[in-house]
Amino acid sequence: MTVVPQAATLPQAGRIRSTADFYLTTMRLAVQEQFQYRTANYFFMFGMVAEPVIYLVVWTTIADQQGGSVQGFTAGYFAAYYIVWTLVRNMNIVFGAPYWEQRIREGDLAGALVRPLHPLHYDIAYFAGWKVVVIALWIPLAIGLALVFDPTLDPRPLEIAVFAVAIWGAYLLRTMFQSTLGMLCFWTTRGAAIFDLWMTLELLLSGRLVPLPLMPDWVQTISWFLPFQWAFYFPIESLVGDLSDAELARGLAFQLLWILIGLSLFKVAWRSAIRHFSAVGG
Amino acid sequence: MEHAVHISGLEKIFMVPEREAGLVAATKSLVRRQSREVRAVDGISFDIAPGEVVGFLGPNGAGKTTTLKMLSGLLYPTGGEARILGHAPSKREKAFLRRITLVMGNRNQLQWDLPALDSYELNRAIYRIPRADFTPMRDDLIELLDVGDLVRKPVRQLSLGERMKVEIVGALLHRPQVLFLDEPTIGLDVTMQKRIRSFVATYNERHGATVLLTSHYMADVQALCKRVVVIHHGRILFDGPLTGLADQFAAYKTIGVALADGHVDLDRYGEVLHRDGDWVTLRVPKAETSQVTARLLSEQSVLDLRIEDTPIEDVIELVFAQARSE
Repeated sequence: MTVVPQAATLPQAGRIRSTADFYLTTMRLAVQEQFQYRTANYFFMFGMVAEPVIYLVVWTTIADQQGGSVQGFTAGYFAAYYIVWTLVRNMNIVFGAPYWEQRIREGDLAGALVRPLHPLHYDIAYFAGWKVVVIALWIPLAIGLALVFDPTLDPRPLEIAVFAVAIWGAYLLRTMFQSTLGMLCFWTTRGAAIFDLWMTLELLLSGRLVPLPLMPDWVQTISWFLPFQWAFYFPIESLVGDLSDAELARGLAFQLLWILIGLSLFKVAWRSAIRHFSAVGG
Repeated sequence: MEHAVHISGLEKIFMVPEREAGLVAATKSLVRRQSREVRAVDGISFDIAPGEVVGFLGPNGAGKTTTLKMLSGLLYPTGGEARILGHAPSKREKAFLRRITLVMGNRNQLQWDLPALDSYELNRAIYRIPRADFTPMRDDLIELLDVGDLVRKPVRQLSLGERMKVEIVGALLHRPQVLFLDEPTIGLDVTMQKRIRSFVATYNERHGATVLLTSHYMADVQALCKRVVVIHHGRILFDGPLTGLADQFAAYKTIGVALADGHVDLDRYGEVLHRDGDWVTLRVPKAETSQVTARLLSEQSVLDLRIEDTPIEDVIELVFAQARSE
């Protein structure tokens, strides 16, 4: 047996610096890749705009019929709400729970697991890079919608700053919960029913369908104890509404709290899921 | 000397749900699900020294890939022990993952829509390789595999063989000390197979890497591995030098002989496998080879004579055939 001397592994860069390097590299990669698909991305965004435009037309019509407002919300407010909605909705698109099944089935997870980095880092970094493209593509779309629907929008600098943080908070929050839900795919290939139930709850309790104050009181009460509104209604309202400084700070605090809860749940679910994981062997 | 790979009594049992076809069986399975225990790997043990290149052979479903997945930390073993460079793979420690690589011939780990160079950058960041070390390592690998033109094209535009080469570069950028290669030449043409073979040999020489290779192409194994481990039904049938495989399992040798008179009947010397002009190929029991050779030389006017072991493909076939009949 010929045994050759074994070379040392390459040296390792510092942890914090290399983590930042990983995030920036992955984001750059995502930007390059998604700009290649700019037309597809634009069509996707156009399709997505249809939903809020329908809500907007309905609420504007109701407001006009009721003398200019619905429970104090004017047509201008609805226009602002649903235009900002389009950006928040795009920021809310993350590596969705159902895609974990594809990742497991096609062997991508196996490839990710032999690397010394948790796949969640990649998901966060890649989709964050994609958001940069989304924001760049959204701006002309938002200008077009504003010209058509004449929103009432007069935010303070603090509100703009909080909004800029809150949309990323929303992104992280939704990533954590979608990733946690995705862990179901390790046990079942029929998670769609649960994912759909989650989406329905999200639709009703997040402010996606209508601004939460227009929902019945009991719905508003329930939504306080769930993560959904902090990923949707709060970011929109931080820019469009008239929240006090305390309410803005509380909103960010709730986002942070739910991100940490989501992360903790994900960690527990991941540990269990990865034990259960069995790639198809041969 | 510490082993690079140490496996002792390693086993993996899968519970596989099963039922008969048809509506009745489907209804029954709603109430009572049946499953079957499959022992994919059944208590195997072997060690590999640092820098050794070992062929891991077996038919489809023998347990090769399951073993590789356990050794690379993708599957938790049901029992037994595995240590790779002193690490327990199932713990999937980062220090362990930085020292190994798993290349699967039918899987793509690079970004599909981007040039491979971009994916290499991502790997640099994932493995936390300082740029000063990364660039020469990358350029060296690119040169060794001669993929300078390919790494600038989007991966989706590369052929299967080209993709495999750029894939291998990506898998080795962090200079792993243990390589698990699962069918790295599958589906590639002969030239591409040779290129990858010689690359693996060079990498092994330069970096002293330990290699565990599975392949259905015996040429890969013959070119790279002095030692082979043969697995079948999750159990080890043979562990030793490649040449020893023929000694243990092949009961025959072939004698090729060119005679002055090509029409002579040679049935009394052994089984005539075929005739090609004056050249006749005989199969004789291994123990009688020298005796038959002596008789041929003394009784016939021999122009040329060659004694050969059974081709390794045939030996492997014999090994599996014996295992099936046991």
